[in-house]
Amino acid sequence: MVDTSVDLCGIRLSNPVIPASGTFGYGYEFAELYDINMLGTFSFKGTTLQPRFGNPTPRIAECTAGMINSVGLQNPGVDKVISEELPRLSRFFNKKVMANVGGFSIEEYAECASRLDKCDIVGWLEINISCPNVHGGGMSFGTSPLAAAEVTRAVKKAVNKPVIIKLSPNVTDIAAIASACEGEGADGVSLINTLLGMRIDLKTKKPIIANRKGGFSGEAIFPIALRMVNDVYSAVKIPVVGIGGVASAENVIEMMLAGATAVEVGAANLVEPFACKNIIEALPLTMEKYNINSLSEIIGGANG
Amino acid sequence: MIQEKFIITENKPLNAKIMLMRLSGNAPDIRAGQFINIKIDGLFLRRPISVCDYDGNEITVIYKIVGVGTEKMSKMRVGSALDVLLPLGNGYDLSCSGDKPLLIGAGVGIPPLYYLAKRLIAQGKKVTALLGYHSGNDVFLRGEFWRAGARVLAVTSDGSLGLKGRVTDHMADIDYTHFYTCGPEGMLKGVYEKSVTSGQFSFEERMGCGFGACMGCSCKTITGYKRICKDGPVLFKEEILW
Repeated sequence: MVDTSVDLCGIRLSNPVIPASGTFGYGYEFAELYDINMLGTFSFKGTTLQPRFGNPTPRIAECTAGMINSVGLQNPGVDKVISEELPRLSRFFNKKVMANVGGFSIEEYAECASRLDKCDIVGWLEINISCPNVHGGGMSFGTSPLAAAEVTRAVKKAVNKPVIIKLSPNVTDIAAIASACEGEGADGVSLINTLLGMRIDLKTKKPIIANRKGGFSGEAIFPIALRMVNDVYSAVKIPVVGIGGVASAENVIEMMLAGATAVEVGAANLVEPFACKNIIEALPLTMEKYNINSLSEIIGGANG
Repeated sequence: MIQEKFIITENKPLNAKIMLMRLSGNAPDIRAGQFINIKIDGLFLRRPISVCDYDGNEITVIYKIVGVGTEKMSKMRVGSALDVLLPLGNGYDLSCSGDKPLLIGAGVGIPPLYYLAKRLIAQGKKVTALLGYHSGNDVFLRGEFWRAGARVLAVTSDGSLGLKGRVTDHMADIDYTHFYTCGPEGMLKGVYEKSVTSGQFSFEERMGCGFGACMGCSCKTITGYKRICKDGPVLFKEEILW
């Protein structure tokens, strides 16, 4: 009997598979398909202090082995998330959920995180300082070690639960930013958010995405994500959550060998709604195939 | 929504750009105006296509070859298997049709109205189908509407078949209790302006997932933000913001 469980910032997960924010809503659509309690946990739709419609459409463009999205943090705002979405979610999800927090100022991140911190069902706060689809916030906090450190400090001061900072790959040195977050007390980092990308429609000769560009995700980005996870794992002591192009149990194991304690699955959920269920069910046999008894023992194994 | 494998039993051209595909498999109940999302080998995103007809274990879709996805679909062989998510979207509400519903479609907006016509006729409604095409050479499904028992008015831009002009030029001559429409956005807007009753519009948008998870196809309505794929694709006239 293999052991798929891992410890993420003091909370035991039955397996390391976590649907990524923005690809799983609040879980309802997937709960119709399978029992989502089989997940390690999931990161719910990025939440901001105020309600947001997000960007104009088209927000989606296809790419080879991936897609570009420019949703722009559409969400009903933190108060409605707490009063409506989380009570509804708690009726069919009995594990701790990861609350994903977006923002446009340091104060907003801290305030939004502080309100979600008080919810029983929330286990971790994943602070998104890497959204490529909003201006005057989002990714701008994730592209400088100083700004990333400031957000981390403010959020850590405002909350009690573990804080995981979600990092942008659209930077020169992601390990330096991860170290800056660790220096201010971050309990973990998750990476990578999407890579900035663009597509042009040959018929109209204009960008497909209304906002011109967006975040590129999907299987195509897996090697980039893996390399960055390994860079960050080598630079920090806090847990790293690996994200980017994961679509199979083999990808999960590879991410963990690179240094991930847990693994988020994003775009795959949108085209294969059973992706996470399939990955979790395939994990034990895949582990046996590669002579792995315990997943938590292989974390960072590629560096050994 | 379920994920199911279907076998292609037919995949044939109806005219130069329009194809008909029949799928056989274990289909759940599908409402008129709902769609299916098809996985295509070598492409990341699925392709959402409206259901033209449904009969227990057989689904018919009619699609236009417009890009790489539909190009690949047009080359799929009879007998091969297709991975499909279905049924998706809200579909048309048949309960407010009144006795004399009017169905207004143009181009590949016409197919979902065929299944709707059959359902309305089965309920004893007197259905009029106002169908728009570029020219007489592009006409498809007209005979099927007629054989199903609908009164059919075909309109061509060049007047080479049926009435001349746009479908919206001819709405004033028809007596109807409610309307259902699907087609290019310009036509939908025309229907919105010319219509004299309440009605339902089926919209199109680039989608990520097709089942409500990604917020890729959201739109603003009078009744709040809606996802075209999950809360739509059908919206009532009274809730639309142009």
